[in-house]
Amino acid sequence: MSLNLLALIGAMLTIATPLVWAGIGELVVERSGILNLGIEGTMYLGAFVGFLAALRSGSVWVGLVAAIVAGLLAGALMGLFAVTLGLNQHVSGLGLTLLLIAGCEFTFRLLYAGERPTLDDKFRVLFRGADVIDQHWLTYVGFLVLAPLAWWVLGSTGLGARVHAVGENFEAADVAGISVARTQYAALIVGGALMAIGGAFLTLAVLGSFNLDVVSGRGWVCIALVIFARWRVWLAVAGALIFAGTNALQLQLAITPAFGDVPGELMLALPYLTVIAALAIGGRGVRYPGSYLKAYRRG
Amino acid sequence: MRFVLRGREPRWLAPAAVAVGVLVTVALTAIPIRLAGANPPAAFERYLVTPLTSTSGLYEVLLTATPLLFTGIAVALAFRAGYWNIGAEGQFLLGAIGTTAVGTGLPDLPAPVALPLGFAAGALGGLAWAVVPAWLKRRVGIDEVVTTLLLNPVALLVVQGLLNGPWRNSESGFTDSDRLGTAYDLPALVPGSRVHWGFGVAVVVVVVVGIVLTRTATGVRIRAAGQAPRAAEFSGIAVGRLQFRCALVSGGIAGLGGASQVMGVQHQLTSGISNSYGYTGVIVATLGGLGALGVFLVAFLLGDLSVGAQNVSLVLQVPAQLGAMFSALLLLAVLSAMSWRRYRVQWRPPRASAASESQPERGPTR
Repeated sequence: MSLNLLALIGAMLTIATPLVWAGIGELVVERSGILNLGIEGTMYLGAFVGFLAALRSGSVWVGLVAAIVAGLLAGALMGLFAVTLGLNQHVSGLGLTLLLIAGCEFTFRLLYAGERPTLDDKFRVLFRGADVIDQHWLTYVGFLVLAPLAWWVLGSTGLGARVHAVGENFEAADVAGISVARTQYAALIVGGALMAIGGAFLTLAVLGSFNLDVVSGRGWVCIALVIFARWRVWLAVAGALIFAGTNALQLQLAITPAFGDVPGELMLALPYLTVIAALAIGGRGVRYPGSYLKAYRRG
Repeated sequence: MRFVLRGREPRWLAPAAVAVGVLVTVALTAIPIRLAGANPPAAFERYLVTPLTSTSGLYEVLLTATPLLFTGIAVALAFRAGYWNIGAEGQFLLGAIGTTAVGTGLPDLPAPVALPLGFAAGALGGLAWAVVPAWLKRRVGIDEVVTTLLLNPVALLVVQGLLNGPWRNSESGFTDSDRLGTAYDLPALVPGSRVHWGFGVAVVVVVVVGIVLTRTATGVRIRAAGQAPRAAEFSGIAVGRLQFRCALVSGGIAGLGGASQVMGVQHQLTSGISNSYGYTGVIVATLGGLGALGVFLVAFLLGDLSVGAQNVSLVLQVPAQLGAMFSALLLLAVLSAMSWRRYRVQWRPPRASAASESQPERGPTR
């Protein structure tokens, strides 16, 4: 066997990128006390809208902007359900995911039944030909700009403190003069945009095309990562890297004859099983944000 | 004009809210139908009415509603008990695995043994998949929403792992399992139709759960545990144990759905055996008001819509995903409309001094 370590690390960074973007998006939302199960649908929406806009306009940049706008709107819609109307977060989030996926599939079938359109031009990797660092700019920005920025904003700024206050105890935050609704909407909208970028990375940078399985559960992986990380940015990034690492390893092992028998599904199931095991072992020590899954109503 | 909380809720309000939700859904789905170049009224007639106008169409509706009856009532039972099981998808898949295991492992049993065994194996599979989150909830106090959800993709990976590995079809080499022994084929409920006895079993299960929930002391305890767990605990109900049991039964019922789909329709395990039935079950249960009658009606409606959508996609070239869009929109629209029930419009402007706020933004809790 010959494992190519550099190729492995390179693949790991690429696979981790959408998880970092969408995972941080979910983390921001959950810090404000809302579980957004619309993440799977929002990533799907970003992947689809980004692809469609890029295909029609001929520019990946237009595609990325369109995906971001779609993500903002999806986040605002979740805000309407979870904040304004105070609906059950898991039922409305799941409903949002089902709606967005069905809507994208509908539109894709309507426009391109039986075709397989591809982009003429997708995002190109930087430093082509080099090992490991031949990554997309979204990968660089995700790891080197977004993650530190999210860590700094959430941990060290007044804005982050407001989000934290609302997420931990919205009655107290309200008494302290923080608008609960406005803070949660802001978190949902920013988070939605980040999720959509994670989805758009798949179609605009990796594939250059769209298929109905494009997201295939990556949103649920992000939900798992955020809890695994106990709502901390760096741990979420580390979790994304670990998951992507096992994933990349599995892809290499599958083409290595001696390891062809290791079921790849086991590797893919690892992030979910790890989270459940971590919850089981961490037990009551795992402290959810205080406002988790609740809706705020004054009086 | 402003919105204030209602003191009392008139009786017409809930049906009116549902009607508003349905109207909004119809109006919103008319847009994609229009975009697809079809005439919305004609398309809606094909979606909702056409399947019911022929006997064969009606049978297809019942066939399509069957898995939704299982997952819908499974979710409804758990939600009633205050246990947010959104893992019916995984439990359904494990039920299908259980049934396939006995159906391919013991293919030569006589039908009177094979059929109950197939259902039992399915129920056991679903129940087994529900145990871990239920146990974690009861013993460690871990929120079940996330654990039940995360086990869904794992269940799909288990199915795919089996089909890529040990259960790969021994004749064709495709990634679907061998055919179950013919004794496991559920007979047709009506000779000549595709409606199988799984529908009969589903009806029995829904009715039994409905009776238990509304007509027995256990049902009272379950509903008390769901609506006011603290008060229930004070009145001597072992809420934790009750929720644990409901979670297991819920998983078992979802597993029965998988068994029914394997023995009645596919006769083998495929990775597409669950067409999101578990997730749609959440829609069925929620829209059905977590009751047996509601589950019947909504499962029937979504079955009707799904058969209609297949039909429309062939005739009017509107993609069949419109059915899924419609059901998700219906869920969100009806829930939204229902949440407004608690408010009424006050037309008189409030006095300046009484600037107390009760804006709708502070929406009602779940």
